[in-house]
Amino acid sequence: MDLAFTKEDENFRQEVKDFIDKNFPQKLKDIDKRTDLTREDMLSWHKVLYKKGWIAPQWPEEYGGTGWNITQRYIWDQECANMGTTPLIPFGLTMLGPVIIGFGNEDQKDWVLKGILSGNDWWCQGYSESGAGSDLASLRTKAEKVGDHYVVNGHKTWTTLAQFADWMFCLVRTKSDGKPQEGISFLLIDMKAEGIDVKPIITLDGGHEVNEVFLEDVKVPAENLVGEENMGWTIAKFLLGNERTGIAGVARSKKAIERLKDIASSEYMDGDNLINDSDFNSKIADLEVDLTALEYTELRTLAKESKGEGPGAESSILKIKGTEIQQRITELTMEAVGHYSNPYLTPAFERQGSNYLTIGPDYSHGVAQNYFNTRKTSIYGGSNEIQKNIIAKMVLGL
Amino acid sequence: MDFSFSEEQTLLRNTIQSFIQDNYDFDKRQAIVKSEEGMKQENWKQFAELGLLGLPFSEEDGGLNFGSVETMIVAEEFGKGLVVEPYIQTVVTCGGFLRRANASIKEKYIPGVISGQDIWAFAYAEPQGRYNLNDLTTTATLDGDNYIINGYKSVVSGGPWANKFIVSVRTSGDQRDSDGVSVLIVDKNSEGLSIRDYPTVDGSRASELTLENVTISKDELIGEEGKGAELIELIVDETIAAICSEAIGAMKVLNDATVEYCKTRKQFGQPIGKFQVLQHRMVDMFMQYEQSVSMTYMVNLKLDEEYAERRKAASGAKVQIAKAAKFIGQSAVQLHGGMGMTDELNVGHYFKRLSMIENSYGNIDHHLKKYSSAE
Amino acid sequence: MQLGFKDEDIKFRDEVRSFIKETFTEDMRKTLSLSKNGHAGKDLHVKWQKSLHQRGWMAPNWPEQYGGAGFTSTQKYIFESEMAREGAPRTIPFGLSMVAPVIMEFGSQEQKDKFLPDILESNVWWCQGYSEPGSGSDLASLQCKAENKGDHYLVNGTKIWTTMAQYADWIFCLVRTSKTEKPQQGISFLLIDMKSPGIEVRPLITIDNSPEPHQEVNQVFFEDVKVPIQNLIGEENKGWTYAKYLLEFERGTAYSPGLYRGIKNLKEIARDTSVGDGLTLLDDNDFLNKINECEIQIQAMEFVEHRIFSALSAGQRVGPESSILKTRGTEIGQYLQELAVEAIGYWSHPFVEDTFANVNEPSIGPEYAATITPEYYNGRKTTIYAGSNEIQRNIISKAVLGL
Repeated sequence: MDLAFTKEDENFRQEVKDFIDKNFPQKLKDIDKRTDLTREDMLSWHKVLYKKGWIAPQWPEEYGGTGWNITQRYIWDQECANMGTTPLIPFGLTMLGPVIIGFGNEDQKDWVLKGILSGNDWWCQGYSESGAGSDLASLRTKAEKVGDHYVVNGHKTWTTLAQFADWMFCLVRTKSDGKPQEGISFLLIDMKAEGIDVKPIITLDGGHEVNEVFLEDVKVPAENLVGEENMGWTIAKFLLGNERTGIAGVARSKKAIERLKDIASSEYMDGDNLINDSDFNSKIADLEVDLTALEYTELRTLAKESKGEGPGAESSILKIKGTEIQQRITELTMEAVGHYSNPYLTPAFERQGSNYLTIGPDYSHGVAQNYFNTRKTSIYGGSNEIQKNIIAKMVLGL
Repeated sequence: MDFSFSEEQTLLRNTIQSFIQDNYDFDKRQAIVKSEEGMKQENWKQFAELGLLGLPFSEEDGGLNFGSVETMIVAEEFGKGLVVEPYIQTVVTCGGFLRRANASIKEKYIPGVISGQDIWAFAYAEPQGRYNLNDLTTTATLDGDNYIINGYKSVVSGGPWANKFIVSVRTSGDQRDSDGVSVLIVDKNSEGLSIRDYPTVDGSRASELTLENVTISKDELIGEEGKGAELIELIVDETIAAICSEAIGAMKVLNDATVEYCKTRKQFGQPIGKFQVLQHRMVDMFMQYEQSVSMTYMVNLKLDEEYAERRKAASGAKVQIAKAAKFIGQSAVQLHGGMGMTDELNVGHYFKRLSMIENSYGNIDHHLKKYSSAE
Repeated sequence: MQLGFKDEDIKFRDEVRSFIKETFTEDMRKTLSLSKNGHAGKDLHVKWQKSLHQRGWMAPNWPEQYGGAGFTSTQKYIFESEMAREGAPRTIPFGLSMVAPVIMEFGSQEQKDKFLPDILESNVWWCQGYSEPGSGSDLASLQCKAENKGDHYLVNGTKIWTTMAQYADWIFCLVRTSKTEKPQQGISFLLIDMKSPGIEVRPLITIDNSPEPHQEVNQVFFEDVKVPIQNLIGEENKGWTYAKYLLEFERGTAYSPGLYRGIKNLKEIARDTSVGDGLTLLDDNDFLNKINECEIQIQAMEFVEHRIFSALSAGQRVGPESSILKTRGTEIGQYLQELAVEAIGYWSHPFVEDTFANVNEPSIGPEYAATITPEYYNGRKTTIYAGSNEIQRNIISKAVLGL
């Protein structure tokens, strides 16, 4: 048992730092506090990493992974967060990629993985439906096999950034008798196909991040089925397990706490800086302790994983605690900002840039929106209640 | 970075587990607690035979030269058995002082610890001082070759069993200055030392010490006169790491017992573990436990870091463990229902030990303050 | 809507206050403060209750025809509040508030004549025989059996968590008189003389470690206990209905006055505690915040109580809302006990087994410390008993939220 980093690890860390410093796009640095990035903005960092060969650290090397060990991956995540890089869009890299590697055929491995790595194909996730949230298996979007293709009818919701997507991976019903889990298939659907309609959903923070996707008689070639027909549930569960591990967001939460401390150093209370207020300080300390505990829980999980054990259902802890901490940070940040969390500046306003007279300190912009938006984290990716069910069943055996 | 245990460490764990299994089931433990002495000398002898009493001492001092991870393993397994014998007090805390003392003190005292001949207790708390280690009204003044000690020490854990005390005193400065704190060894038979022994709510024993003109040789000073504050803080941090380890052992037993009980206890025609409300409570207990394990590993691996890093590690761990101790202890009683309230069942005893760990060496508020001031 | 009391209510309040001042002696206060579980021996409670009876205030909730105090609902609230505020002994509820209302509603004239006066005068001590080892939250699954043998029942089985059965002259019991498909339908309500042959009371020591004879709960065993048939309340197999009626009396108490008292005590302890920087715990911002936050919760609680009691005085029934009182009241109470342990710091460690016996020895740490940790441990029961808080939340979600 030890915590030390080797000399090679430290060298690697330096290499990573230098690389990010030199190559992280200038434009993203300037607007890192905003949420209204264009499609090209979001992809710019992806393309830099693709060129360097560092786009998919979590993939096996033969498919374009980096071949890093656990410690290196940890260092990479840490440094990305420290330097405030924009998070990469996870739908292809974290979600679909491993599924294709695990269940796809040779042809799919070729075109899907290439498109994800290069960033040429933007993927979105077609899982939830208005009647199928936590109870995902009750989904009803139907795919009927007609000759060499499927005809898909139905409707997906909460589809993140579908407005930018080229492709969607989708859970569809291919059989309606038997247990609901047994009749689900995993399909890859071209978003340009005829019969697809994307409608924005504006969330309570005022942003456009999620959408509804309507599918009406959409023709999908049969070769776009991943795995076998009716084995979609197995694939979905596999994907969910993978999703949980990356979700703790420890390094990014650390960064967010630093920012919170900066804000508290600029805000005043009773003639002194808020950061010197003992109550507020205790709240931050409390949060940092929780985050440190999570960090070491994640490290323990990674260490297990590197020995080929897991990630087991324990990784649900990472999802639950990670999202709770993220939410508490946004809550405390809003508390720190005080009155200036009230003004509502729409993203459109902000885009007018320099002509627009700011209200309150710069750091107060978007703090409330961020708080509202972050409420989603305990709902998505399997709500935290569902995660607790998973632990109760799989770990505690209840 | 590595979180696995070596073969040697696993062997150590197995040794203690089988000791607990053979000598420390709940009934045997209760018999020890209720005995007049409150601990079992035979167990102490066995600790000596197993080499446990020499764990952290260097080889030239006759010890095994093990580190904090080994101490963690011992304390964790002792926590599972609710062991009352004062291992942490003697070996980790007082042993920590002795290891860092001059050669003649080492030579004089360490063999007695390792052989099991001596039991030690650390007398630091005073009624007015709460968790401030430097708030001392007990004074020692140099008179020729002797120190003369006057003062009062409260809730000295393991005091009734100890024949030697390590006492924090003020040799100069104002009541709460960090300068002027010194560390002295006081024999139990010293003239002028009166002791009141009593049981504690968690089945252990403690003492109140009154020191009236207790005279000891100046050779019994550990470290430099007036410079003891730093050393005390370091050793208290090492002790915190050990009691955190003890706590995760106790939490593990409570969590397992609760899950087991809820699987077997039937109400409304089904095991109560089928009710989602109770399931989620147990999941919360499980998460608190895992987070505590993480913090315990962390603090035990960071005891040798520079001050600010160590301060944050120890205070952070203590905060997490105190919270988890409370939540897990209370929840275990709640989910065991009326049975959890009885003295007869082990659950209440684990709850009590955990609730005392909560405020030992500083409670949550104290350590949150220490955490945020350690930049 | 109005907040203040009327003049005549204030006059009544002053009467209650002066009664407490005269009757709740220093001696009694001292004895009560030595208790880890809120009970202080049979004599003290009986003495206190007899004084209440003498004043005509023993039974605020009884109809006047049976000797009730004839209070208005405002007076009841004032009476209860003043008692709790002063920390006066609670009237032992098993006879007064539990079995008596059942006897009044469902008992025969003979039963009323035989039992009610003795309850009112505190001549007879009652205990409650409900829970069994296998029947806690799921009370209807109880197994203690009573066979009808013509002129008597033959009772076999066991009851558990029987509070102060060691003092009891009588026990009221739920027993199974027939095996039916719905377990609720085969239960009867029996009154049993504790001196009957075949009854054994075994103390259960709880985690506050109050030793015999001060233990709070017991297990009661029945072996071929003969109970005269006239001790059956109402009809055979209708016991569940009566028990449910009784449950309504078990809840609906005002918690806030006692909780305010807890805050007051806590502040006194904090004022008395040095924190190592020359100041007291009451100057400590973190601790003060906790006290204040707690006090605000009590205030909210108080106004919920006011709303419920005003509904009561308007003649409405208290329904599941009383579950809110039980849930919040006990949880805040536990938090106060937790804070008291936190406040006394290291003085929470010393253990005194018999706090009543040790009065002549000097205390370790401040005098009040010896009972604080045991009280915290003992208080864990409050979220378990009388329908665990999980059950209470089930009731709220079903009956109030319609889930």
